[in-house]
Amino acid sequence: MSDSVNVLPARTPHKIFSPARVAAIASNTLLELVRLKVFYFLLIFALLIIAASGFTSVFELQFQGEFQILKDMSLGAMSIFTLLLSILTTSAMLPKDIEDRTLYTILAKPVPRVEYLMGKLAGVFLLLLISVLVMSAMFVAALYAKQQWAIAATMHNGALTPEQMHYGILDIKAHTFTMSLVPCITLIYLTSALMASLTLLISTFATSSIFTIFIATTAYFIGNVESVAREYYYSQTSVSQVAKIFLTALALFFPDLQLFNLIDDIVAGNAIATTLFLKTAGLGCVYVTVYSFVAYVIFAFKEL
Amino acid sequence: MRKHHVAALLIIALFGVAKFRFEQRLTEEHRAAYFHGARFQLSMRQQIGQSEFIAALSGFRSLVADYLWIKAEIAWEHTEYGRMALLFNNVTALEPRNTMFWDMSAWHMGWNASVYAFRNPKEPREALRVKAQREYFRIAEDFLLRGIANNPDSYVLYDRLGNLYKDKFEDHLKASQAYDKAATFPNSPSYEKRFAAYHLSYCEGHEREAYDRLVKLYKMGDNERLPTLLTRLNFLQEKLNIPADQRVYHPPEK
Repeated sequence: MSDSVNVLPARTPHKIFSPARVAAIASNTLLELVRLKVFYFLLIFALLIIAASGFTSVFELQFQGEFQILKDMSLGAMSIFTLLLSILTTSAMLPKDIEDRTLYTILAKPVPRVEYLMGKLAGVFLLLLISVLVMSAMFVAALYAKQQWAIAATMHNGALTPEQMHYGILDIKAHTFTMSLVPCITLIYLTSALMASLTLLISTFATSSIFTIFIATTAYFIGNVESVAREYYYSQTSVSQVAKIFLTALALFFPDLQLFNLIDDIVAGNAIATTLFLKTAGLGCVYVTVYSFVAYVIFAFKEL
Repeated sequence: MRKHHVAALLIIALFGVAKFRFEQRLTEEHRAAYFHGARFQLSMRQQIGQSEFIAALSGFRSLVADYLWIKAEIAWEHTEYGRMALLFNNVTALEPRNTMFWDMSAWHMGWNASVYAFRNPKEPREALRVKAQREYFRIAEDFLLRGIANNPDSYVLYDRLGNLYKDKFEDHLKASQAYDKAATFPNSPSYEKRFAAYHLSYCEGHEREAYDRLVKLYKMGDNERLPTLLTRLNFLQEKLNIPADQRVYHPPEK
């Protein structure tokens, strides 16, 4: 008789919170989204950048104007695409999982609801991050190509003195890719992450995806004019009680998205101090945390 | 409404209260750093159209500004300068921190529109053509002054204002003052100081000051001893009757 005994591996005790489980859900979510061919929009973005580069030349603008339009169109397209991605993908997540019954399969296992939500959101954040990075790479490549073209044109301009040529090239470099574009791109990502967490919050109590998309889009528009409401509240002009209550409610319940819209001014040449950028980015992170937490509060007690 | 919905609403409301003042303070800090300077007015809504106005309000104001800028370029091709001025007003209102828009708006008005007004074949009376031309100079000056008010941290518009006073108003004193102001910025080109001194040398009553500044530039070395500087220095030496032994520059004998 053999002395060997079949030894089962020691069972690891179930953890209340497991980052590995969150990572597994996140990677699955990302994979699902990739299978939905959402990255096709990158092709449209690439075409748009190429078109923007050529389009600006048609109008015989000064090179500063051409760079300006290229940067505005590229960053504007990045904002629109990431916004659409964040709202559309997040709004479909919960309803799709309920419809496919995947949600029940996952929650029947010892996976807490908080992990499920965190994993889902992390998957969307990853998708947004990859999208922003790829779009940024395309944008920088287009900008660099245009910069080299403008420098070559300046150097071949016989009418310029060496001093004017020197300042001309410096001017071109100042109008193309500078480190100030990094906060711009970070803020685009943060805004989309904020919108994703807000959409997730809405989808936890929404009855359909369309309702979620509609409410999230409305929240985006309100968020962009919220600062006007707050300013009106603080203004010296007499404000009626009804208007005051309405404005306060707006400011309390909706995020001020204008605070994250510093791109236009940065592209125009405005430098942002590191502390100011960190404060703004920090506020974005707080929004994401609070909205995700509230989403969990609703989802934790939701009857499935 | 269930308990967890009430709890969620309460959390959002509490967070709203906490963020309310912080956001207002952050907005003020942004404003102090020259962000969010765009001003939306009802007149703009009427001029640019509803969809563009909504897009601008939704955080895409730079795209709307670019679109209006391209419209202004098309208006330029059709020599519609009045329409251009209107479009430039909207572009600069949407993008007040973009010095290029202020600069180019002023250039179009001061150089292109003014020349067109002066050569207007539909206006036979020269006095009216000159009047129209001067009005465009004033519009260009107004763009630059408003641009400077919105961008007090940039030398570019002071430089362009100097060019406008020099080339169009032919006001050398104002040109010199504008170049002087541009030269105070650490990143301004070295020629700003030179230009300020050159133009001061044309101003009656400022000859001595101009002479001192030209001498100072001359003593800075060969890089500054450019033909215009030497010509103006020689002119002032003669005008101020500087004794031969005190002159720093002796032009070659012809």
